[in-house]
Formats: sequence, structure tokens, C-alpha cells
Amino acid sequence: MLLIKNGRVLDPTTKTDAPLDILLDGEKIKEVAPTGKLVGPQGVEVFDATGLIVAPGFIDLHAHLREPGQESSETIETGTRAAARGGFTAVCCMPNTRPVNDNASVTRFILDRAKVSASVRVWPIGAASAGSKGEDIAEIAAMKQAGVVAVSDDGKPIATAKLARQVMEYCRSLNLTVIEHAEDASLATGAVMREGVTSTRLGLHGMPAAAESVCVARDVQLAELTGAHLHIAHLSAKSSLDEVRRAKLRSLRVTCEVTPHHFTLIDEDVQYDSRFKMNPPLASREDRKALLVGLADGTVDAIATDHAPHEPALKDVEFDRAPFGVTGFETAVALALEQLVHASRISLMRLVELFTAGPARVLGIERKIWPGQPADLTIFSFDFPWTYKVKESSSKSRNSPFDGRTFKGGPIATIVAGRIVYRLH
Amino acid sequence: MDSDSGRKGSQRKRQAGSSRFAFNAPSEAVTHHFRDLLALEPLSADELTFLLDQSMPFQEIQRHPLKKLATLRGKTVALAFFENSTRTRISFGTAASRLGADTMNLQAEASSLKKGESLLDTIHTLDAMKPDCLVLRHAASGSPDFVARHLDIPVINAGDGTHEHPSQGLLDALTIRDRKGSIENLNVTILGDIQHSRVARSNIHLLGKFGCRFTLCGPAMWVPKELEKIGPRADSIRRVFRIEEALEDADVVLALRVQTERLHEPALSAADYVLLYQLNAERLRRAKPDAIVLHPGPMNRGIEITPEVADGPQSCVLEQVTNGIAVRMALLYLLIVGVPEEGAHPAVARPAGANAEDAQQSRSRRSTDAKDPSHASH
Repeated sequence: MLLIKNGRVLDPTTKTDAPLDILLDGEKIKEVAPTGKLVGPQGVEVFDATGLIVAPGFIDLHAHLREPGQESSETIETGTRAAARGGFTAVCCMPNTRPVNDNASVTRFILDRAKVSASVRVWPIGAASAGSKGEDIAEIAAMKQAGVVAVSDDGKPIATAKLARQVMEYCRSLNLTVIEHAEDASLATGAVMREGVTSTRLGLHGMPAAAESVCVARDVQLAELTGAHLHIAHLSAKSSLDEVRRAKLRSLRVTCEVTPHHFTLIDEDVQYDSRFKMNPPLASREDRKALLVGLADGTVDAIATDHAPHEPALKDVEFDRAPFGVTGFETAVALALEQLVHASRISLMRLVELFTAGPARVLGIERKIWPGQPADLTIFSFDFPWTYKVKESSSKSRNSPFDGRTFKGGPIATIVAGRIVYRLH
Repeated sequence: MDSDSGRKGSQRKRQAGSSRFAFNAPSEAVTHHFRDLLALEPLSADELTFLLDQSMPFQEIQRHPLKKLATLRGKTVALAFFENSTRTRISFGTAASRLGADTMNLQAEASSLKKGESLLDTIHTLDAMKPDCLVLRHAASGSPDFVARHLDIPVINAGDGTHEHPSQGLLDALTIRDRKGSIENLNVTILGDIQHSRVARSNIHLLGKFGCRFTLCGPAMWVPKELEKIGPRADSIRRVFRIEEALEDADVVLALRVQTERLHEPALSAADYVLLYQLNAERLRRAKPDAIVLHPGPMNRGIEITPEVADGPQSCVLEQVTNGIAVRMALLYLLIVGVPEEGAHPAVARPAGANAEDAQQSRSRRSTDAKDPSHASH
């Protein structure tokens, strides 16, 4: 048993913002009561959360754990350790492993590996098409039975409108969300960053914002046609956000997520440093502004990291040749505090929603601090100063653009199924 | 042609001092750029003038019957060309040899890159052979920047992707200054595929610092609007899609090599290009009567330029080639040895090369803070 005392509990689902104590019994929450009212049994472990926020366990909808196949960049063990440090109690891992998670045996392999090595819950996402090749539909039903929580061909878009339509029809009947990496491949071919004055100055091949929003527009129309739940991954462009906003006004089942690097950095930050290379690429100043508005006004449903580790040897090459992707677990909450809460753009409650109730809704589940619910909690500070040092990261990779950045606030402890899997000392 | 006329009375006083960055720049932040020559964009007008002035004595050398100096005797220049290039490679090689330096040649076809070796490993291997300077040509924009972060020796960018070609920008400016007497406040028209041109970017970054105004002209997809904002000053760059209008009042016309086959984009018909954008004598008459024509070469005669213009009196293409050697000699000298003492310019005093070692001693190690790219965030 574990008693979390003296914390300020924030739970957007139950609309709670109060000093509460929480008693965890095994994997479930046993009791929630006003501070001081709960007395655990003799010898109960006590976590003093004085001055800290206690929230439902944070969920990351979008990560790459690289296992199986690219264990030199990350494993389920190292990736989830970094996730725990970042305050996440559950991570959804994208299917672009080697082999691709497009069948139940790969799904089971991931879940088996997670059982023995993961610090946090691992929720696999299955491929939409076989091998994510964009031709035939993957074994989605079998994967669902094995435990996938959504489908996606992430890393690239579902190749054709025809296939996207069929996957959406099928997933609607299976009650699974289709997560789209929105990108028009022909507009993005050869591009290594966002098209704009900076790409023009640097002589780097750019993709226009339309490379993303053309595909978002396609998929929103297909979501309307099929009635499927469409979720736009790592949305980066104002034009894409406008599509999502219009879809929501029409009550379509369309949601979206934004990454911390897209709401923090812009294309002007790119200086031939491959730690600033990811896909979708860092967008324009105006796009970032629009994302900040979307995060505040509710158009954006979730913050997701798109944690994409690459071992140093892969990243330490010419900008053109470097693979896309940055690590993100360990800096996500701190960046959200810095950019959104400390900058007075959103409330702490909204921040918690973007990491909990929002992503839960995308997956069709509920997350709240309530007796009988899973004992997953994220405890964070909104003001303690610290500096991110990538060389001390739990990830196997080092490709973070935020090395050396000083933050105010961040994760203090992560509790999964009643167990403290990370605690700051 | 009277290439000397423009220099009369413009023999600028050479800046001198003790360090290899002896140039007394008005701003203190600029000195480290001379550690390497990666791009012209970060250099100030004073620094660029300094580099042009330093090239002048080496122009003299090209007119001598005996062109070889001993200034860099015992030094080695590594020429690493990861992209096909004949002219630039020969020009840098000749510049090194006329300074008395030896060269190591690495060419993409002969390199181990095809065996899967990374650029960094190849460069470290080359560096272990102890050259004193690395001249790098690479198809990836920013690769000289990337390589310089990992090396202690000076790196000269001999053209990187579609980013910059700084020595070309300098030799173009030197050619213009010789012909026009000054590079200030000129109307410069650039024709062709500007989006993919490193030559255009280096020219804009250099000449733009001297008040030049640019008219960019070519097929619209090769002249995106973002180009209007890459110059040092607002409103100094405009796009025009009619060549007749673009040439109006031009002092300098820079015709770029046109490749109609593109890597990631649909090709354009060469016939269309000729119809709308070829520089011919009739169109050139729209420019000022004393306008000059530059081309970085190699030319596609009959595509972007007619033979009549290429070989006509306004053409400077051969002077550009000769000036290329002078500029590259100056760059190699400045980066390997440092700034010459007052009155002891190697191309004037012809030292036997003894001072090379002394100057080398004073060369400070690559300072980490100067090389550390600042990742300004928001």
C-alpha cells in the first residue's frame, strides 16, 4: 500500500482541483479523501507530495521504442525508463519497428518484452497496412485481440486515399482509432526541413506546410465518409489545425496531437544541426503561434512526444543524410510548463488534460483518480529549477535539441500500478 | 578589356596586426569567421573588402612569367571533392601549387564513401594524414559547417549543395570591382535557377552588403518568393519574370548554369527556357551600355547564354577564371599562415616561406565557444 499525502490533486475528468490524499492498494486506487482524513494501515508507505501536483498517470500517444530491430538506438527497457523519468505512465509505441508491428506475433513480442523489461505501461499501435507498405490491410483484428490500441502507418502516411478509406471503414467496425502521419509524399520528397526563408537561406530542400495539410484535408473528408475516428499525429501546420478545427465544428470524430518541439521551436532554429531535424519538420513562426492557440482553445486534444531516438553514429552525419527524429520523453512536461503554463497560455488543469484525459479520449478510454481505477499517477512540480543534461538521459540515444536547457518544474515521481517507477532524488 | 582601370587609386590600405585575425573589424564578434571560410553570409562588408584586397597582390602573380611562390612550401592542402567538379578543383589545386604547397586529392569516385564509410570517418582519415587546410566540395548543404565542427584545421567551403560557394562569390566581386571600379550600389540581375544556386546565394550575401540591388529572373518555380528575404537588407531583392524587364538598367548580369533535369522535381523543357530566359545580345541591350556579364561556368552555350554574349566584349567569364586562382591563393594563405605583416605580403616581398612557421605558432587553437553553434530557442 502507498499513501500519497499533502499533494494538490488535479484531475480534469472529475474536475477536481483540491488538496487530497490518495491511498493505493496494489494496482488500484483504494481511497481518495481530503488531506489528513486518510490513515493507512500500520506500516503503509507514505509519499509526501507537499507543494506538488498529483495527476492521473500521463499518457504518451506517440513514441518509438525501436524494439524489435533497432536496439542500438533504444529498447523497450531504456525507452520506458526515459518515459518514467518524463512522468509518463503509459506510452503508445509506433509500429515502424523491424519487423513492422503488422501482425499479432510482433504485437505479442512487444507486450512480452514489456512485461519483463518495461518501467511503464506499453500500449502498442499496430500498422494500418501490411509492412506499412501502403498496399494491403494489416492483420488489424488479430492485432487488436493481441493488444494494440490503435493503428497507424506512422513514419509515413497511409499511402493512398483508397487504402485510407478502407482502413477507416474497417477500424470503425473494430472500434479502433486510425492515427495518421499526415504527409503528401510527392510534396515532401527529398525535403529535410520546412520550406521557407530559412530553408532557402541554408540551401536545404524544404517541404511546404501544404505537404501536411493536403493530407489532413484528404483524411478529414474520408473520416466524414466513413464515420471513423481519425487522429492526426504530430500536427505542425496552421493550415492542418484549421482543417481539424473545421472538422470538430462539424462534429466529426477527428482529434489531433502536437509535440513539445513543435510548440517550442521553429524552422529558424535549424542551423545544419541534425538534432533539429525531425518529421514533420520544425514549422514557421506563425505555425507555432497557431499551435499555441490550438493548445489553449481545445482544438488540440493531446501533447505527444514523438520520441524518436537515433544512436549518435546515425545522427552525426551531414544534415541531408541524418534520419528524422528527436528524443522527447524527458523534456515534454517541462517544455509544456515553460511554453504553456508559465507563459500564461493555459491553466495547470488544461496541461494535465493534454497529458491525460485528452490522450485517453483519443484511445477511447477514461483516466481518473477514483477508487477502483488503475493506480497510475504522475507527480510533478511546477516550479523547481533544473537543467536537462542529455548525457544523463535514460534513453540510449542523445538526439535532443534541448540539451543544457534550464527548466522550471517537471516530473518528480511516476507511479505505475501502485509502484513508484521513478522518483527524483 | 582593361581589367586594371577599376583598381586605380583603390589600392586599399591593408589591415595588419599580430594575430592571424589581424583584421581590425569594427565588431569583435566577427574575427572567428576567418578560422574557416564556410560562407559569406556571416561576414561584414569590412571583412569582405579585406578579403578582396588581400587577393589583389595575387592577381599580380597571375601576370608574371614565373607564377610560383615558396610561401606555403612544406604545407599541404587537402582537396576533398565529394561532388563532380573540374574547374573549382583545378583552381584550388593551382592556387595551392602556386603558393608552393602540396596537395592531397580526394575525389568522390575514388573515395571509400561507396564502401559505406561516413563523411566524418573519411574526413578524419584525411586529417590524420596531417594536411594544413581542407578544401571541401560536397553535395549536402551545410556539410563544411558539419566537418569544421570536428576538425582543428581550417576548412574552406568549395561549394556545398545549394547553400554557398564563397570563393566564387569573392572572385565574382573581384571581377566586378576590377571592371566597374567599385561594387557599391550596383544593379545586379541574376538569371536562371536561383533556388538551386549556391553561386547566386554567395553573390547576394556579398554584394548585398555593399548596397547592391538584385533582380532575380527565371522560371517562377526556380525563383521562389522566399529568396526576396535572404539578403542583408529589406527590399534589396525583387523577382521579375520577364527577362526584358529584369535586364533594364542592369550594371551586372549574372547568368547561371541551367540544369533542366532536376533531382526531386519535374524537369522543365529546355526549349521553354531558351524562349523566355536565354541571355542573348538583343535582350542584353536593355541593360546599361557598360553592363558586364558573368557566368560561373561551365556554360551551356545556346541554353542560358548565346555564344555571341558569352564571347562578347561585356563578358568577363575568362577574367573570372583567372581571378579565381588569385582569390583562392589569398584564402589559402590567410587561413594557413595568417594575415601578413605590413609591407611583407607574400606576393610582393616574396619571402622564402620561412615566416610560415612563425605565423603558424601564433595561430590559436580552435576556440570551443566560437564554434559552438548557439541554439537559440524560444
